Amino acid sequence: MIISELKPLEELCMALSEFDRLFLVGCAACATACKSGGEEEIFKLQEWLISQNKEVTGSVVIDEACHIMRAARDLRHHQNAVQESEALVVLACGSGVQSISSNVEKRVVGGLNSNFLGNVRRFGYYEEMCSLCGDCILNETAGICPVTTCAKGLLNGPCGGMQDGRCEVDEEIECAWLLIFEQLQRQRRQGVFARRVPPKNWGRRRKPGRYRLKNGGR
Amino acid sequence: MSHLSEQLVSGQFVVTAEIAPPKGTNLAPALADAARLQGITAVNVTDNQGANMRLSSLALAAQLQQAGTETILQLTCRDRNRLALQSDLLGAAAFGIENLLLLSGDHSKYGDHPDARSVFDLDSVQLLAMASDLMSGVDMVGKRLNGVPKFFPGGAVNPAAQPFELIFLKVRKKVDSGARFFQTQSVFDRNALERFMSAMEPLKVPVIAGVLLIRSAKMARFLNASIPGVMVPEYLIRRIDSAPDPVAEGIAIARETVGWAREMCQGVHLMTLGNEDKIPMILDET
Repeated sequence: MIISELKPLEELCMALSEFDRLFLVGCAACATACKSGGEEEIFKLQEWLISQNKEVTGSVVIDEACHIMRAARDLRHHQNAVQESEALVVLACGSGVQSISSNVEKRVVGGLNSNFLGNVRRFGYYEEMCSLCGDCILNETAGICPVTTCAKGLLNGPCGGMQDGRCEVDEEIECAWLLIFEQLQRQRRQGVFARRVPPKNWGRRRKPGRYRLKNGGR
Repeated sequence: MSHLSEQLVSGQFVVTAEIAPPKGTNLAPALADAARLQGITAVNVTDNQGANMRLSSLALAAQLQQAGTETILQLTCRDRNRLALQSDLLGAAAFGIENLLLLSGDHSKYGDHPDARSVFDLDSVQLLAMASDLMSGVDMVGKRLNGVPKFFPGGAVNPAAQPFELIFLKVRKKVDSGARFFQTQSVFDRNALERFMSAMEPLKVPVIAGVLLIRSAKMARFLNASIPGVMVPEYLIRRIDSAPDPVAEGIAIARETVGWAREMCQGVHLMTLGNEDKIPMILDET
């Protein structure tokens, strides 16, 4: 899921300083799961805004804010409250914010910072394991992604900064290349060490990404 | 052929040192330091060392080369994508720079621009392979070069890092990708160096052992905390701390390490960090 967190309140205060009447939008998918933009956080935001002498004209938690058409539909259901507001505050990832901003002419204020595509280690603890690079090497690296979990994204083994099996960038993190090496040893195969991995094809991750199912997905 | 490659090929013991480009445009101190270096085969010119922004290593190396000092140009993957790396290597060749130390590079987090985006479009293995491509007359995508560079590319290794087998897998990849010599991180442990050199033996690639001049216990602790890959063992720190003259003790330790290198390696790389005047004492064989 997309891991996101509330922006610092001072920053939010500044972004909302021109507005008195606000409509709030949350997301029932990722932002709910990582407790940044679900019902509970929308309620807390509402309480805070009221304490800042703002008026909240209404709110909605969209099933998946990244779904542009569904976001449009849910906003239509709250047409009047949206109309009454001067701006919409969105507690969803950057993707969700843009579903909303592409559906309304009013100002849209994003309330979260979107951090990464995260796995859940345990409740409230998320780790980035995939960076959506479009050129997956996991089958050679024992299912451990060096593009993401090596701080430098090296493809041919550890850097000189590995110390006691830890990463030079963050000693709380184990060196991704040590983990790959140990897992390949347990699997009794050479994997990625059998060849020089060529430079990555970043052309597959050209921005902005576009993807269409063949035959329209039929 | 560079002096470095000639001497390594002919089995002479080489000595390298290093010079950091200035933060700013005043090259005079670096050029003067280089001119004062005695008995050195070639001088490494560091590339935004420790991710601290300095004048470009290529610019200083070019000046040194023109002033008659042979250089080893250090080039890291941290700050440049594959186009910039190739351009800089061709530029280096145009200035007569042949010796290269091709590195991944310390992470930006360590330097004075911690918010910078690290590039790492290539890693050190891929960079070595690319230098080999250039030497064969083509760029990374196989396009022919008008004027072919001559390089003597090298790689870095920490011979004491664990697990050794993993470290050595990468060494092997570097050799397969065109590394013609290695310069090591600072060596402190004779046994680790011995093990590394016996593993290197079948590869027949010369090794230049890194020797760090430690002037005080405080400096050792600072380096341990702030330079990735440097790990001065506690017993050496205590030895320096309890010596009546810590600087002399540091020189003695460096001289002992040079002694191990004379037995086992093909050269030493002296990291004296501004105390280049101590080099003759470190190299003293008596």
